[in-house]
Amino acid sequence: MEQSWRQAKTIFVTMISAPLFWLVFFFFIPLGIVWLYSFGENRGLIDIAFTGTWSNYAHALDDPYPGIFWKSIWIAGLTTFLCLVIGFPVALAITFAPDKAKSWLLLAVMLPFWTNLLIRTYALIAVLRTEGYVNMTYHWLFDMTNKVAGGALGDFTPLALLHNNFSVVFGLVFVNLPFMILPLYSTLDRMDRSLLEASLDLGAGHISTLFNVVVPLAGAGIMSGILITFIPALGSYLTPDLLGGPDSQMIANIIESQFKRANNWPFGAALSFILVYLTFIGIALQGLIERKDKGRAA
Amino acid sequence: MTSTTAAKVRKIPPGPLEYLRRWPLQAWLVLVGIFLYAPLVSLMAFSFNDSKRNIVWQGFTLKYYVKALNNDSLITAFGNSMTIALCSTVISVVIGAMAAIVLWRFRFVGKTAFNAGLAIPIVVPEICMGVGMLVFFAKVLPWPHNLPWPLDLGNIIIAHVSFSFPFVAVVVRARLASFNRELEEAAKDLGASEFRALMDVVVPHIQPSLIAGGLLAFTLSLDDFVITFFTAGPDTITFPVKVYSMVRFSVTPEVNAASTILIVITVLLTFLALKFQGSGALTAGHGADDK
Repeated sequence: MEQSWRQAKTIFVTMISAPLFWLVFFFFIPLGIVWLYSFGENRGLIDIAFTGTWSNYAHALDDPYPGIFWKSIWIAGLTTFLCLVIGFPVALAITFAPDKAKSWLLLAVMLPFWTNLLIRTYALIAVLRTEGYVNMTYHWLFDMTNKVAGGALGDFTPLALLHNNFSVVFGLVFVNLPFMILPLYSTLDRMDRSLLEASLDLGAGHISTLFNVVVPLAGAGIMSGILITFIPALGSYLTPDLLGGPDSQMIANIIESQFKRANNWPFGAALSFILVYLTFIGIALQGLIERKDKGRAA
Repeated sequence: MTSTTAAKVRKIPPGPLEYLRRWPLQAWLVLVGIFLYAPLVSLMAFSFNDSKRNIVWQGFTLKYYVKALNNDSLITAFGNSMTIALCSTVISVVIGAMAAIVLWRFRFVGKTAFNAGLAIPIVVPEICMGVGMLVFFAKVLPWPHNLPWPLDLGNIIIAHVSFSFPFVAVVVRARLASFNRELEEAAKDLGASEFRALMDVVVPHIQPSLIAGGLLAFTLSLDDFVITFFTAGPDTITFPVKVYSMVRFSVTPEVNAASTILIVITVLLTFLALKFQGSGALTAGHGADDK
């Protein structure tokens, strides 16, 4: 049983003061100022007056910002969906692997995840660019086929793989896949295997067992995997910045340009907080689903 | 790799749940493996390529490593990143462990709020936190210029601790859940002070989680680009920020060489962490022992 803090006042106060101070002073105050700025106005070059105006939020409803929000949500959603489809079989295979193989497979999933995000994005640029490895292979295959066909295919045109929406989604899936696989594995591993065996024994196929037994049982875990992938994908800055083209800007890129080039901090602050609210809505939804899930199980 | 050898050893047809031994899943795993690893492996391979254009293999060379190691600003950036990661790790582990122990040990008013508050830095989008730090260090706590090294990195270290220590707290709390409170009470009954009981009984128990949390904090700090990008002034450059400006400029083998060095360091650290925690760390809480 936990101790009441009054029984050991000195130690309690010493232990809580450092984390509490750090959290308040170096996290909540910075975010709080941004929140206040989102209701402020630019006065001169560097001064911002807090006027309580909603105009920054209203400005976020002007073209092209709603479109960018929808596009970001859409890109993050597509990324999450692809991660789920690609990651689920992997998580399933890891769950039912023998112990030794299990550790190695988990390590193999985690290693890229530990590698620097910027380096991973840079690696993708080298793969996808016009003179990248994919286009080189394609060029070589094209030349071979063309030789056989006697030049019937015409001139070689490289695939446009970089600086468009495709490369952004590709990059986000590449970066976020481990985020999806690890929570999925963790839920699937806690599942009661005898239920799966029962379903298979009673004549259900693997696919129908998957959808009728595994998915309902692991529902909450799948939801948390979706959320863990969706939130960072929605707020991603580096991937659209380096891999995207002029039309694949996401919310984070707009926020960055408001704070750096456009120097409109109040508007940037409002956009940041819209992103924070979207994140909280996502978390609240997940909490609701989890509660419903628990209620059903009880 | 492992899957194929496993299939060869046993010729018995796969059991109903041995998904790893079925070929569609094996093929899927191989494809995902290529997807995750091919870009990184090719990046490392081409750092040894003797060609500026970085496309066709021209022969083995180490000259880009020499070039990267002679690039003073790259070395400075690398040293800065390592210093920041070390300092923020030490602070994060201490503060994170304190938060975890307080939450585990005491009942107090506002506990739920404190607990929720600790979770917020984990979920808030990086860009929002970066913007917060930019504003904070511009308006509230302007970081003086021209401070001697390493004090000029102080603002970045502060920002890194803010997003790392809640992760450490989560890791340590998970470990504390398995601690038998009676042990601490026994120590106190036997005359140990509150502080002694904490340091001699609780801390040894959570030691593996301190190491794991520390490594997590170290990697998070080394990995961070967005928050550093917003926090750092124009004069301080960290490794990711430097690589970012090099990547924007062009794709050169020098960047490949620098990246390869960082990847090797990360892989070594990961293996070191696993050695510290024992091989069961990866399947922690799952694995065979609790089945």
